[in-house]
Amino acid sequence: MDKIRIEDFSLEYSDGNESLRHINLAIPAKTLTVLFGPAGGGKSTLLRSINRLNDLADVKKVKGRIFLDQTDVLDKKLDTITLRRRVGMVFARPVVLPFSIKRNLTYGFELAGIRDRDMIEESVERSLVQAALWEEVKDRLDEPAASLSGGQQQRLCLARSLIQQPDVILLDEPTSGLDPISTLKVENSLQDLKKDYTIVLVPHSIQQAARTADMAAFILQGELIEYGSGKDLFTRPKDERTQRYIEGRYG
Amino acid sequence: MKQSSQKRLIYQKLAFSGMTLVASLTVLIIVLVVIYITSMGAGAISFEFIFSAPRDGMRAGGIMPAIIGTFYLTIGTAILAVPLGLGAAIYLSEYAPNNQMTRIVRIAITNLSGIPSVVYGLFGLGLFVLFLGFGTSIVAASMTLAIMTLPVIISTAEEALRAVPQSFRVVSVSLGGTRWQTIRKIVLPEALPGILTGIILGLERAAGETAPIMFTGAAFFLPSLPSSPVDPTMALPYHLFVISTQVPGMPVRIQFGTALVLLVFVLGMNVIASIIRSRARARRQW
Repeated sequence: MDKIRIEDFSLEYSDGNESLRHINLAIPAKTLTVLFGPAGGGKSTLLRSINRLNDLADVKKVKGRIFLDQTDVLDKKLDTITLRRRVGMVFARPVVLPFSIKRNLTYGFELAGIRDRDMIEESVERSLVQAALWEEVKDRLDEPAASLSGGQQQRLCLARSLIQQPDVILLDEPTSGLDPISTLKVENSLQDLKKDYTIVLVPHSIQQAARTADMAAFILQGELIEYGSGKDLFTRPKDERTQRYIEGRYG
Repeated sequence: MKQSSQKRLIYQKLAFSGMTLVASLTVLIIVLVVIYITSMGAGAISFEFIFSAPRDGMRAGGIMPAIIGTFYLTIGTAILAVPLGLGAAIYLSEYAPNNQMTRIVRIAITNLSGIPSVVYGLFGLGLFVLFLGFGTSIVAASMTLAIMTLPVIISTAEEALRAVPQSFRVVSVSLGGTRWQTIRKIVLPEALPGILTGIILGLERAAGETAPIMFTGAAFFLPSLPSSPVDPTMALPYHLFVISTQVPGMPVRIQFGTALVLLVFVLGMNVIASIIRSRARARRQW
């Protein structure tokens, strides 16, 4: 079943940078789909269109449609708050909010006005376990989140995106600033998480794309060049541009 | 090669010493002012000077009504200018679209801060005292001071808000926050020290100004304290002006004593601002 359907989607920024053209993409539920390709191709833009985070950017024109289940994501009247609770997001740089570790996690509930203590305590533990961080922080939940190492901060961000039990998690180069061990921990978490969540990942390298992808989409200069199962795409790419990119000839 | 690198080193040393000299000079000036005012005025400071009203045509007694008056005016200015200034700063930093209208507002604010204070005084006289009929009063003077203070508060507060990393806002919104929730829970608390500093610097300027209040609310001499906001009041800077220029046979001691009190009042606010800033810096987590 397709979780996300992107139909003939085009986007243009006001400054003329990094536009997307006629993207068609069906992302199946409970899989890990990677969007990869050279920098500046529009991967992040596509990712941020799925939770309407591009509303914050200076977008000139949007065409086409994006569906999350039956929801028309680009509908101007859509309640973006609810949408963003259904779609968690992790960014390239770990952005911990200037709060304690715990409040970073519970902040989403705070925004939603949820005060059910037992449920919140439970969710804190569950999300930290899912992000493979629980053991490291369970005794220091009230310390400032900024006191964590970079790798821990990024796993905290992952836990934060999971705590409200979204359907979809969007990850924009989540391991770009991390050491290999932390990267491995995050990747392992993602492999566990895809049993319950639909994950869309912009990887920080082709190797990571190949390691993690169930489905893979190659995006080059605003166009979707090729889309298929990770296995096919990384072993028998159909398009010459995909092949040359995977071989490291450019990008 | 060797020659030129030696030359560059000498240049560097010269430049550094030059800058150090200039920097020390500014410190020297403020120290000189403080020492001079203190040495001339300290003799006048006594319990009676601070806590009693002037006597004998202001040539004796204290300056309490002026101290209290300046306190009232500063509070009045804060009540009017802080909500307005903070609101404008939040609008400009968080909501204003990047268009012609916003640019005009910004230019207006910049120009507002360039207007000489005596012009504000006349404006206050025309609008608040005469046209709106508040008379020469604390209200009229506070309004005039508030208008003068606004650009300072708006621009420093806006700067403090802008200094909060954009990524905090993006994350908060991505977690399902509204714009206002994001401002209230993250942006404002993070910017608060900078905002407070701006407010204090603005109020400090208001507390020390003479021209805006001399037509709008400051009194030459009042035997008693103002009993309501529509009464005129004595105020430190205006009192200093009066006793320095308008009263023959005024003891120099009292003039400098008054100047010292005003200086302490204003520098004290400055010190509070620095403490807030350095505390916030020590607490900062990013």
